[in-house]
Amino acid sequence: MAKTLTQEFTKGLWEEIAPFRLVLGLCPVLGVTTTVENGIGMGLATTFVLVFSNLLVASLRNIIPSKVRIACFIIIIATFVVVTELLMQAFAYTLFLKLGVFIPLIVVNCIVLGRAEAFASKNSITLSIADGLGIGIGFTLSLAALGSLRELFGANNLTIWTTPTSVIGVQEVFGPHFQPFSFMVQAPGAFVCLGLMLCLMNLLGSK
Amino acid sequence: MRELIKMVVVLTVLAVLSGGLLSGFRNATAARIEVQQLKFVKGPAITAILKGVSNDPIKDRFAIKDGETERKVFVGKFDDKANTVVLESFGKGYGGDIGLMVAINMEDDTIVGAGVTTHSETPGLGARAKDDPGFVSQFKSLSINDAFKVTADGGRVNAMSGATITSRAVCAAATEAGGIYQRMKPQLTEKLKEFNK
Repeated sequence: MAKTLTQEFTKGLWEEIAPFRLVLGLCPVLGVTTTVENGIGMGLATTFVLVFSNLLVASLRNIIPSKVRIACFIIIIATFVVVTELLMQAFAYTLFLKLGVFIPLIVVNCIVLGRAEAFASKNSITLSIADGLGIGIGFTLSLAALGSLRELFGANNLTIWTTPTSVIGVQEVFGPHFQPFSFMVQAPGAFVCLGLMLCLMNLLGSK
Repeated sequence: MRELIKMVVVLTVLAVLSGGLLSGFRNATAARIEVQQLKFVKGPAITAILKGVSNDPIKDRFAIKDGETERKVFVGKFDDKANTVVLESFGKGYGGDIGLMVAINMEDDTIVGAGVTTHSETPGLGARAKDDPGFVSQFKSLSINDAFKVTADGGRVNAMSGATITSRAVCAAATEAGGIYQRMKPQLTEKLKEFNK
């Protein structure tokens, strides 16, 4: 049964949304979601790597010998991660300063390797791109959702994007007298928020 | 046997291609990355340590050869007289290299100011070298020709508590800056004359 392009794309957005349904790739999910902006930046970087690694793995799937496939996938993924790192340093340096070590860590993000192994190495190029795009956007949305929850209660702000001259987003959402829960932007808050999100997803999916 | 050869060939070709792609990307982005680093990391550090300059030190920069390596030097003008140079040097910290910008007054060889640029020290401990100006301000108006040491090693610089390795690294970087300065002094004096024309 061949699935259509749209099905492969949309499954990543809800049915198999990586951090919440498959509980994969939790290192960046917990580490960078202190603000919406960091979440979106990290999500987009991962999407970029995911789409290109899927594309390459799918197009080379008949050449790569199965015994060394993981090594080949890692070479491909690591290459695109370094490309992302260089591009981010060149064009979004402030974001690079904030995300820091989490960008090189995309190499070991199990979502990227997981999609290469489970999907791209068995499917056509177009389907693999759709899959990578869907999973990547789903990942970005999850990071943004978690980031907005944490930033909203932890810092009383919602910053979508910062340019050197201006900030796109809302400052002091609950007014100037709101006392932020600084707990939310620290590590324990990440676990609590993720737990609540998983709980909500299970509730919605249990019908 | 055929399979073995295929594995080796495929892996080698992939690795070579990826290496080629990356070096291409690195070359293509190097200039832009340097501009960004100047703007967001080194620039603010330089303006912080050169308070009250009458020129733009980022614009008035030049590179000189120090043996094999090329060093970037930033020029500061006070009262329209170019008498200050800013050098960057590195020391080995707890989490990797620590970059230190040292501004030196060439008339009396004293440090005008120092500031940490790039580092990967522990937040809250070693990272205070950058975040807390109190530590680096100790270098102010000391002579660049001395070796810098923390008090525990018999020097004059008070180490940050809980960050002895970082403090030592910053001292080592400052000492290195002194070494570079002494080696390059004739060249630097020549270059500064051009800025004073």
